[in-house]
Amino acid sequence: MNKRASLGWTVIGALAALLLAAMWVAPLLWAMSTALRPEHETVSAVFHWLPQEWTLDAFAKVLAAGNVGRWLFNSALVALLVTVVTMALSLMAAFAFSQLRFRGRTLVFALTMLAFLVPFEALLVPLFRMMNQLGLINSYAGIVLPQVVAPVVIYVFKQFFDAIPADFREAAVMDGAGPLRILWSVYLPVSGNIVWAMAIVTFIGAWNNFLWPFIIVTSNDMMTIPLGLTQTYDAFGVRYAQLMAAALLGALPVALAYVVFQRRVTHGFLAATGLKG
Amino acid sequence: MHATRPRTRKGDALPAVLLLAPFAITFLLFFFLPALDTFYMSLTESSLTRTNAFIGLDNYVTLVQDPSFWAAVGNTFYFALLTVVPLTVLGLVMALLVNHFTRASGWLQGAFFLPFVLPISVMTLIADWMLQPSSGVVNYVLGMQRAWFADLTWAMPMVAIGTIWWTVGFNMLMFLAGLRNIPAELYEAAALDGARGFTLFRTITWPALRPVAGMALVLQLIASMKIFGQTYIMTTGGPFNTTRVTLHYMYETAFTQSDAGYAAAIAVAFVAIVIALSLAQAGIVAWLARRDA
Repeated sequence: MNKRASLGWTVIGALAALLLAAMWVAPLLWAMSTALRPEHETVSAVFHWLPQEWTLDAFAKVLAAGNVGRWLFNSALVALLVTVVTMALSLMAAFAFSQLRFRGRTLVFALTMLAFLVPFEALLVPLFRMMNQLGLINSYAGIVLPQVVAPVVIYVFKQFFDAIPADFREAAVMDGAGPLRILWSVYLPVSGNIVWAMAIVTFIGAWNNFLWPFIIVTSNDMMTIPLGLTQTYDAFGVRYAQLMAAALLGALPVALAYVVFQRRVTHGFLAATGLKG
Repeated sequence: MHATRPRTRKGDALPAVLLLAPFAITFLLFFFLPALDTFYMSLTESSLTRTNAFIGLDNYVTLVQDPSFWAAVGNTFYFALLTVVPLTVLGLVMALLVNHFTRASGWLQGAFFLPFVLPISVMTLIADWMLQPSSGVVNYVLGMQRAWFADLTWAMPMVAIGTIWWTVGFNMLMFLAGLRNIPAELYEAAALDGARGFTLFRTITWPALRPVAGMALVLQLIASMKIFGQTYIMTTGGPFNTTRVTLHYMYETAFTQSDAGYAAAIAVAFVAIVIALSLAQAGIVAWLARRDA
């Protein structure tokens, strides 16, 4: 291929990149353009790409009238609880699977990995019946508990611990430290990156989880943001400026988390598939 | 290293129990027992609150003759058909672009990946507004007044397009990781031999990416089979149940008809289909890799 043909490919590539990027950003920009106009402009007979009158009215109305603030709070609480509990359970379990030699280790680990095969969706009905019997419908405990079982996270942590040189551990054993102490003061300090990455991915996953809250929550006050946003037609009616304002408010926390932690987010999602970033 | 290590070590048993207990309890309660219960319930006549009778395989006999079930499975396959290959190919194209245009790669990667971290209902709200029949931007641009989500032909493709926008970033990320694992020396050596452009892609990039592509296809097929939220929110399964997917049918059977036993049978069938498909696809991908090797 000569130089000119190669330049041609570069131009085609650049155009494709621009076009695709525009297509991927446009819906969010359009939502912003809608949310920043007065409600009557969304049904106006004349189409405008940009607001004729710029206003934060829709955001103010959404925050004042609906339950968006409450849903954001619920999401933050649930995602935080899920993340902290998942990290604690998974680190302990992964350390045991990786570093301790006990009877039944292989069998228990194999059972844990079995969970990869059975999608959570298949457990909805018995889980709901169980939560109903325990009186946990519409409770934070009911929303959080099934989400803390994360074999993927255990798998990633185990892989990471497996790769840590044994000398690390043996030096600590010489000093007479027990397993919990070794996990806490030898393994955790060197695992910062992977723990952060998995924590952020778990947080985003819990924040965005739709299916389980959809099953377990019926009261408007206990809804998380992904679920609450599906109720906005009831709350605000078919008022698209306010609906887009609500959508953007729901998007903002995770979008910010992604922008701030971009490297850790991508690292975490890749680690969960077994690929290196 | 493993060979020299003893299988059990004195003093490890008690710490192991203590460290594993918190996870083991939640795993038993919220995964293992419900999984067994799904299977058991599928052999019973149950409501959402109680189990009335053990009826053996009756639910499964009903299931194989239930046209609504097969229609839902068919709709799910149709959705998979509309999403699996486009999501994989587009993910690859995006990764190649991000990797090639180094100066813009941060921005491009951000633009392509951002939708993936957003809640599903942000996507569905925006899609609903863009596709609104009278004042939606899509109809404005096309000069139409079509009610996309009420349209027999267009409802599912629109759900698929929304899903592609929302989730392609993840596939892009996988391909990007694959691309960045290719040693630069390979390209340098090939360039010295005079290879350029598409030849480089065909001889170096694609062979290195093929395992990633196989994995992306399998993961994407499973993800697409699990569709529920997108159709439930955007079309509620309509028009005329043409977008009612397998999990939606299971949900309705359990939570609107309160026929939990039959819903459990649908769940078991669903798991069987997903596992069979992923094994088949993984087998095909491995076979292709061996044939070409």
